[in-house]
Amino acid sequence: MRGVLIVAGLLLVAAAPPRIVAISLPAATAMFAELGPGQPSADAINNNCLACHSTEMVLNQPHLTPAEWAGEVTKMRQVYKAPVSDADAAAITAWLVAHDARRRPETPPKSPAKSPG
Amino acid sequence: MTDRRQFLALTAAGLAAPALAASTDLRLPGGPSRRPLTEAFPGKRGMILQRTAPPLLETPLSVFNAGVFTPNDRFYVRWHWPFPTEIDAGAFRLTVDGHVERPLALSLADLARLPQVEIAAVNQCSGNSRGLFEPRVAGAQWAHGAMGNALWRGVRLKDVLDRAGVRAGAVAVRASGLDAPPVDEAPDFAKSLALDHARDGEVMLATHMNGAPLPLLNGFPLRLVVPGWFSTYWVKMLDRLEVLDKPDDNYWMAKAYLVPDTADGGIAPGTASFPRRPISRMGPRSFITSVAAGARVPLRPDYALGGIAMGGDAGVARVEVSGDGGANWVDARLGLDMGRYSFRRFDAVLQPARGAAVLMARCTSTAGVTQPLTGLWNPGGYMRVQVEPLPVDFV
Repeated sequence: MRGVLIVAGLLLVAAAPPRIVAISLPAATAMFAELGPGQPSADAINNNCLACHSTEMVLNQPHLTPAEWAGEVTKMRQVYKAPVSDADAAAITAWLVAHDARRRPETPPKSPAKSPG
Repeated sequence: MTDRRQFLALTAAGLAAPALAASTDLRLPGGPSRRPLTEAFPGKRGMILQRTAPPLLETPLSVFNAGVFTPNDRFYVRWHWPFPTEIDAGAFRLTVDGHVERPLALSLADLARLPQVEIAAVNQCSGNSRGLFEPRVAGAQWAHGAMGNALWRGVRLKDVLDRAGVRAGAVAVRASGLDAPPVDEAPDFAKSLALDHARDGEVMLATHMNGAPLPLLNGFPLRLVVPGWFSTYWVKMLDRLEVLDKPDDNYWMAKAYLVPDTADGGIAPGTASFPRRPISRMGPRSFITSVAAGARVPLRPDYALGGIAMGGDAGVARVEVSGDGGANWVDARLGLDMGRYSFRRFDAVLQPARGAAVLMARCTSTAGVTQPLTGLWNPGGYMRVQVEPLPVDFV
């Protein structure tokens, strides 16, 4: 309601900046999916990672090696201080690696880039 | 009229079937490459959704074909941490403290009484085009749309620092904003400029872009504008300037946004250890925006194409285009010069042959730097400047 009043006020006093600017961001409700029977559970990644970022941050990444995925989890804990237990960190990494392994590349993998000089 | 009816029909269909929301293919090597287009963010429309929270919204390349200034509602969005979604502009204060004679708490009205300046400048994310790096690297997987050009209005940082009175021995100015990490111990976002740079008369505190107050998603009510430098320094929702008497060792200067300390910021993939420096100035880039990659183009004897170029930390001196993958080049006609830090339009006419073709544009800055044909690589996916091949099919 306040936003409507602000817009009306702007029309009257075009030069004055709006006193209160408020927006409503879309809710990030998507969860990481279970990968199926015998696969690592998505519980740990859903319980820990979504507090700071939505799922796309993970799902839009290119193929990473298991060591690179583990490195990302370590960075989130050590640098960005995500309060993740050792057990959950292992479970998150397991989900990330399993999810990456079952993604079908959209185009054939490239050979390593030639030295870019 | 037909077009309008079709548009209305499409709109109605879109409303009836939200599940069929539009998406776009960013053509990132190896994928994942498809992203939804979103209308869900207030004040923004038709943005490529890279991440919902904290928001990463990319500008579709076609937007840059409509003009050298990027409309506020199409301007890209990038946040590291959560930020306030309600700002009381009347209560807002910019704190200026640290190594100064007179610490200040400036209201927006105080800033409005200082001399107002305007500059056209490209704001480009350090990791713009990261998703096109090969080998691929982790991080926000942008195509080319983590950039935009605006006419920024506000006050000179120099004038604000002069009011506070910088004390002898000061070396840098650290800027931070209202965004804050969700975990207290995590590093709050802050960036520093050397004192001489901060006082060069070009660096400014912007309240307006393209004639309107900054959109909240682009840093309302105040952001740093650092012409010619990557956007990591353009701190949004700027509420504190701290004058430092020693170099800034905070995480975002000392550990993040570092590039290999080589001439072009590149290094061979797999190099284990190398000297690094904070990312800083931008280089020249150019993008053909009149046609999309992979398009089937009806063959005509004279094929007109165009796009935008930037000089980076200098103006645009020259743009050449090629219709044969870089074997032959012709000079493009340059559009109006809106200032050395602005995008500049280019247009050219080619005589293509039927079949597959690779279009290219190549910018040379007024500093004499020309875009290379081969790409650099670094583990952060930063500072891409190479010529961007654009495959099309003339049919």
